[in-house]
Amino acid sequence: MMQDLAVEFHEIVKVFPTPEGGHVRAVDNVSLEIKNGEFFSLLGPSGCGKTTSLRLMAGFEWPTRGEVVINGEVMGRKPPFLRPVNTVFQNYALFQHMTVFQNVAFGLEMEKVSQTEINRRVNEALEMVKLPGMGRRKPKQLSGGQQQRIALARALVKRPEVLLLDEPLGALDLKLRKEMQLELKALQEQVGITFIYVTHDQEEALTMSNRIAVMSKGKALQIGSSVEIYERPNCRFVADFIGETNFLSGVVKNIDKNLVTVQIANPETQVVGIGIGNLTIGQTVAVSIRPEKVRLVDADGKDPLAPEGGENHLNGRVTATAYIGSDTRVVIEVGSGMRMKVWEQNAVSTLDPEMYYSVGDAVIILFPYENTFVMPEDTA
Amino acid sequence: MITEQIGERPKLKFSFTRLLRENFKAQGIFLITPANLYLFIFIVIPLIIVVVLSFLSRGSYGGIEFRFNLTNYTRLFDPLYGKVMIFSLGVGFGTTVICLLTGYPLAYFLAHAPIKQRSLLLFLILLPFWTNFIIRIYAWKMVLRSGGLLDVALQWLHITQEPLNLLYSPTAVMIGMVYEFLPFMILPLYTSLEKIENSLLEAAADLGAPPWKAFLRVTLPLSFPGMIAGTILTVIPAMGMFVVPDLLGGAKTILIGNVIKNQFLTARDWPFGAAASMLLMLITMVLTLYYTRKAGFGEELLV
Repeated sequence: MMQDLAVEFHEIVKVFPTPEGGHVRAVDNVSLEIKNGEFFSLLGPSGCGKTTSLRLMAGFEWPTRGEVVINGEVMGRKPPFLRPVNTVFQNYALFQHMTVFQNVAFGLEMEKVSQTEINRRVNEALEMVKLPGMGRRKPKQLSGGQQQRIALARALVKRPEVLLLDEPLGALDLKLRKEMQLELKALQEQVGITFIYVTHDQEEALTMSNRIAVMSKGKALQIGSSVEIYERPNCRFVADFIGETNFLSGVVKNIDKNLVTVQIANPETQVVGIGIGNLTIGQTVAVSIRPEKVRLVDADGKDPLAPEGGENHLNGRVTATAYIGSDTRVVIEVGSGMRMKVWEQNAVSTLDPEMYYSVGDAVIILFPYENTFVMPEDTA
Repeated sequence: MITEQIGERPKLKFSFTRLLRENFKAQGIFLITPANLYLFIFIVIPLIIVVVLSFLSRGSYGGIEFRFNLTNYTRLFDPLYGKVMIFSLGVGFGTTVICLLTGYPLAYFLAHAPIKQRSLLLFLILLPFWTNFIIRIYAWKMVLRSGGLLDVALQWLHITQEPLNLLYSPTAVMIGMVYEFLPFMILPLYTSLEKIENSLLEAAADLGAPPWKAFLRVTLPLSFPGMIAGTILTVIPAMGMFVVPDLLGGAKTILIGNVIKNQFLTARDWPFGAAASMLLMLITMVLTLYYTRKAGFGEELLV
């Protein structure tokens, strides 16, 4: 019976002993609900517990506390060879003493599938990863990208309920990685299997995933769609890790429904933004402003585009600019030593240097309240 | 005039270190020379002496006469030596098979021991080499003789009532041989087992293989190079061994190595001893070549 949820984590804790005799909580009270057919990413810096989480699903590790549930079945201490999941390993882990065909056939032989069925399904899998006719080669004779595809075929040929992928594109060069991202995504939609994807590359996660869990220090800080975690990060770590942002530090001055007024120390001013989490007056907070959600006007000019919801103003001086085609990236000093990144879209095609900001220009940075987020300073 | 002076640089004195620094070929030759010298003096020259010896005649008083002679080789076809040769092959193979069967689990255990304990365990395996080989085989005499350590221990445990009379039997020879050659089997096996990445076994488990199947399909084939190296390192010296049968086998157990040793030291028939050596070498070489041709050195797995 097809379950609604492919993989569930119920308050999973995984503790490892350290060589020094202590112990470390690699996964710290994580609960997840991954839906069937979803492309779900575990995203975070190295050591955040994302790979351990994946290994807990595969059965290579057993949780210290909590339950892993796959397709409604509590896994407990079930060994990997009895679980309805398959893994694509980071280093591919291909069997070097077998041909490509034998590698892909291995999993089917373990299921005691008939030889004709094996031949058919292996060739089908090799075609699916666009490597037909490579069956007789040894893995060493293939390029990194091809080996990656074989690892994928070897796992997919088993038609698992869930496919676990541990940074499968990490070893590939940038161009190939971009290609494979789109291909993997297309493949996932084609076969309809739940993909659980571990990566430290935020762009990769944003491009491919239906939903993402952002992890840090063993905790899942935020779980949501690409848009949700970029546009509404729930803490400083997520805002910082996903994309780029400016942070201003300050103290909460006033709270009016969801709008929070913050007294900023440097530069000495007040900004208004949307409060995230439970904030109290007097609390030290970080204010996050994305560089592309900001407008610049000349200090002596007029601004015709003031939004309805209210807008923050900061005076500053341009200290650096970089023209990168679609955008001009501008660094502006707003207080002593306090700089903000601003990305100005080059919406008008012009060669007139007067139309671009240059170093020394006095400017006003404008950012609407709804693009400004106030969050506790120390959540991560 | 001035340009000429500049163009004509002073001739530098020949310097060996400069030659080594600038000439890669000279570097190579320099580095390989000690090894080549060693091989030439201790392998090539003695081999030539043995080859020449095997075609000469025995003098009346045990010396050598420089007279060409093929009877040394024809004598080897005597059924007596044929029997000895076949027995030696049997002991050599038996030793190798027992070493492989007992060494594999040991090497596997070693390769999977925690890294901190591994060096200690390796050290323990090599520890016997600190004592002279002949002394260690003498020690086995104390263990194996009637009323020796083994008998006492077995009787004390009520496993046996009678003395086993192990000493001076083929069994004693096999025990001594396995004891001597086991480390030569364990070390190459350990090296190849240790190289097998854990992720490969995880991949096998992930694809549905229970541990014993993962062992048969992944670990065993990937440890093949170690099995081949260990077999060669064991079977070649085991075939020519004479100390162990001398000390533990008594008069009943004679290997081809004993025949050769006796010809040189007791019978003082050097040419016949040399011919027997040549035969042993030939048989070992043919077997090894055939084996590696069939099984390969597993080089494709060593990369």
